[in-house]
Amino acid sequence: MLAYIVRRLISIPFLLLGVASVSFLLSQMTKGDPLAALVPERMMSNPEIVEAVKAEWGLDKPLPVRYVRYLGNLIQGDLGTSFSTRRPVATDIAERLPATLELVIAAMIIGTALGLCLGLLSARFRGSAFDSLARIFALIGSSLPIFWSGLILLYLLSVRIALVPGTGRLPPRVQPPPTHTGLYTIDALIAGDISLFWQALAHLALPAFVLGWAVTGIITRLVRSSLIEGLGQDYARTARAKGAPERVVLIGHALPNAMIPLLTILGFTFAYLITGAVLTEAIFSWPGIGSYAVRAAASLDYPAIGGVTIVGSVAFLLANLLTDIAYAWANPRIKVH
Amino acid sequence: MAELSNALGTAASRTRFVGLRRLVRRLPPTAKVGAAILLFWIVTVLTIHFWPVADPLAMVGRRLQPPSGDHWLGTDALGRDVFSRTLHGSVWSIPIAIVVVAFAVAIGSALGAVAGFFGGWWDAVIMRLVDVTVSFPPILLAMAVAAMLGPGLANASIAMVIVWWPIYARLMRAQVLEVREREHVEAAVAGGAGRVRVLVVHVLPLCWTPTLINATMDFGQVVLLAASLSFIGLGATPPSPEWGSMISEGATRFYNWWIAFGPGMAILSVVLATSFLGDGLRDAFDRRAG
Repeated sequence: MLAYIVRRLISIPFLLLGVASVSFLLSQMTKGDPLAALVPERMMSNPEIVEAVKAEWGLDKPLPVRYVRYLGNLIQGDLGTSFSTRRPVATDIAERLPATLELVIAAMIIGTALGLCLGLLSARFRGSAFDSLARIFALIGSSLPIFWSGLILLYLLSVRIALVPGTGRLPPRVQPPPTHTGLYTIDALIAGDISLFWQALAHLALPAFVLGWAVTGIITRLVRSSLIEGLGQDYARTARAKGAPERVVLIGHALPNAMIPLLTILGFTFAYLITGAVLTEAIFSWPGIGSYAVRAAASLDYPAIGGVTIVGSVAFLLANLLTDIAYAWANPRIKVH
Repeated sequence: MAELSNALGTAASRTRFVGLRRLVRRLPPTAKVGAAILLFWIVTVLTIHFWPVADPLAMVGRRLQPPSGDHWLGTDALGRDVFSRTLHGSVWSIPIAIVVVAFAVAIGSALGAVAGFFGGWWDAVIMRLVDVTVSFPPILLAMAVAAMLGPGLANASIAMVIVWWPIYARLMRAQVLEVREREHVEAAVAGGAGRVRVLVVHVLPLCWTPTLINATMDFGQVVLLAASLSFIGLGATPPSPEWGSMISEGATRFYNWWIAFGPGMAILSVVLATSFLGDGLRDAFDRRAG
């Protein structure tokens, strides 16, 4: 197993190089002229200005030179400069990453908690009306276009009954807490500002639920099927024979065994979360890297979209690596090729 | 997996028609509902021009009217009929999903078959390409490609084929690796058949079951991703009544919820239908095997 983990670790740099190369090639194959994004239209006729801009952004060098330069910059953590914000992409991303993290972590917590509860109850009352309802709820969550469910829930819960506040991370004109972690809820607690904490939490609740709902389906399905499998095993029969009530068999015996497969679908749900986060942030005006990517894609800001793609891929690769390691660790019988 | 292909092998020796009818009979009711919904949308795509609904691009009523007897799903910001636009939206989404899945299956299966059957360098190069492609989170890769190529549905479709082909390459490679070891293949090789002939005639026909099931399920996901790309402005462009761009028109008008309602339900119906049908197909093939 150790050999397997080492092999996976060795493959990571090569995959990253591949990801970087594809990103670079994509940015070079662009049909739109990046100059158009840099030079105001009326200055396009002035060759001196055009040449100066080309030199400044390295657009005048041949392809291989730009590729080597690109990789060199990347290793130093330089993702280039955004055409639209005129700031380093790495700075932009670092500034917006906590917002995305807060959203994704909250969504993961909601999705896992909801999925576990629904899975547990479905397995306990298998075949009942609740079981069918839970299955439908989970199925709809993973089939809904997230940008639509977000919109409809925003209308129902915010516009119609004002249960939750509108878009954004905080009400307008409210100062965010002093930065420690960048997560507004945590920072507000650190600052001891309880009312700010509730405000931040209220703004977080709906987008996190919308995003969490999307992964609830996967988790519910998995928990339900592995619990039901566990309830048919010998250890469950033994526990019942010794007089344990069904509740204890389920929670004390079957549930711990169901945690292992749950652990191993982390990477799978992470892909859903990234996709969902991009769209959720767009709907809820959430100032994270997802909405940054959407804006960058719409304004043909190649360095920015390339930077987000690379950061997202690194996170994705790490999540998959952790999943594989967890899988190998939890199930040593699996032979990995 | 071995059982699956065996099942398909025996199925192929019966007449195809009887095999198909048996398969349909084995489908659970949910899968039949899914098939019916998909059939509805395909018929809609083909016949929408003859339907007695409003012109999707014309101003047919007052702006931003809630649903009523005249306009079942209300009117949008330009006074266009949302119900009619939702139905017309299928003309964009459904054919695009068919084309994307078809290309992804064709490219992925061809490369996967070559990788699995010829092995060696072919395998190494193709599968590393697969590894790199799946290292990207799907939506970011699609966004990057669509942004580089420029907005538009054709470019968004290319982006989605790039996202989806590796799945089929992996599926097909695994199937080919497995079928390649069968005795009838050995017999064909011993009989002096060329390598390409063995692959095309003796191996590939037994490899399609997992691809078919996956393609059914992916169909809905492609509709979803296409709508997502249009929603963020990288797919269809206004005024075409594409579902994703209709929802993005509704996104700026919270109070006029009906603008986004129809297209959202349409997307949901397709995604649910394909996952019902895909699940049913998988179970049907499994049972036939077992």
